[in-house]
Amino acid sequence: MAERDMHKRGGLHVRLWQAGPIPLAVEFSCEQGELLALIGLSGSGKTTTLRSIAGLYHPRDGQVRCNGTVWLDTKRGLDLPPHRRPVGFVFQSYALFPHMTALGNVVAALGHLPADERLERARDLLTLVHLKGFEQRRPAALSGGQQQRVAVARALAREPAVLLLDEPFSAVDRPTRRKLHRELAELRQSVRIPIVLVTHDVDEAAALADRLCVIDHGETLQTGRPAELLAAPANRRVAVALDLPDAERS
Amino acid sequence: MDWSALTLSLRLGALTILILLPLGVIVGRLLAFRQFRGKGFAQAVLALPLVLPPTVLGYYLLVAFGGSSPLGEGWQALVGHSLVFSFEGLLLASVIVNVPFAFQPMQRGFEAIPPDVREAAACSGLPPWRVFWMIDLPLAWPGIVTGLILAFAHTLGEFGVVLMVGGSIPGETKTIAIAIYDRVQAFDNHAAGVMSATLLLLSFAALGVTYILSSRIGRRHG
Repeated sequence: MAERDMHKRGGLHVRLWQAGPIPLAVEFSCEQGELLALIGLSGSGKTTTLRSIAGLYHPRDGQVRCNGTVWLDTKRGLDLPPHRRPVGFVFQSYALFPHMTALGNVVAALGHLPADERLERARDLLTLVHLKGFEQRRPAALSGGQQQRVAVARALAREPAVLLLDEPFSAVDRPTRRKLHRELAELRQSVRIPIVLVTHDVDEAAALADRLCVIDHGETLQTGRPAELLAAPANRRVAVALDLPDAERS
Repeated sequence: MDWSALTLSLRLGALTILILLPLGVIVGRLLAFRQFRGKGFAQAVLALPLVLPPTVLGYYLLVAFGGSSPLGEGWQALVGHSLVFSFEGLLLASVIVNVPFAFQPMQRGFEAIPPDVREAAACSGLPPWRVFWMIDLPLAWPGIVTGLILAFAHTLGEFGVVLMVGGSIPGETKTIAIAIYDRVQAFDNHAAGVMSATLLLLSFAALGVTYILSSRIGRRHG
């Protein structure tokens, strides 16, 4: 789909540029209901890109738009603070509020709802992520997988326009990871928003994403469907970033 | 036991930490989360009372509060009595002397909050004042309380600065530390012993609570 048409249809549109200190030359879009995996090696600028979308990092030059609303436009001097950007952000470390229960973590993100509706909505969200019965547990008393689910419930609580997942499966064991992958696929049936997943795991990206966007040294190199990219990487840098078997030899 | 001196010391300690609480939270949080030019210099200035001999600090405060200084003159004109050798002067000196005792644990308390937790709060739609109220304060409170306890305990035991700035006016500037010194000078060892034991117990209790709270900071994110 042409970028111009996607702009008309809404979704997330990101263009970031700066020479340093972290070089960025990023451009991609993510449609409503689409899961785009931002894939690259460690230090390739994936997390910085995600943080720029959320307003936690301020690139020198760039534009971030979501559903027609401009969140960042450096040319116009517009840079909305994170709390005014409707994003759901799942951090790699989950970053749960350690002094609050699982329920409290979700309630904290429901500030947009009337006070008397927050508890019920938080319980619904914890049920959605299969954590019914764990409401009163603090993060320290939850397993890694359960903490990740709380982080997802909290990210969804503010009814975000876009969901940002920063390597959310990296801290759990393989069986838990497979389970969480299935749950993310289920979640996508009920949450039709753009989802940007940052990962360095090609198999994970290929299994979960509608499209992959390969990033290297802060530069987005190629975007396309997983099968297309894996079959025909545009150049050697893409092949290395995707860890394709022939990349080292070519 | 000089009850008047003990009451005055407790009042001085309570008012000192009441003033240092908001100041320490604001400055401690600023130093913990913000990078700015001259931050190292600012931190060195705030830590000075830790290393300066109390008599040196007391001397400078005496000069700064004296009738010929702008502050002393202004105070005299406004209130009608001098700032030195008054309870107000003693309180101001006590606040200044206790800045590092209160600010540093508070700063450490805020620094112990993982940055991504605060970022997650902002990404959860919490504006800065709610992040402060819901995340910063509850997570930094062991550091805040530790700072207040240390400042309070240090106020009870402060001698050099009190003597320089306040003298020893009963009911006005004669604290329990000064009273102990007076009793020893008068060979009243019993009274000096009782008051010393009282200070010892108060200081021990304060330090005990401080260590318990410090271990809580460590455990919270361990």
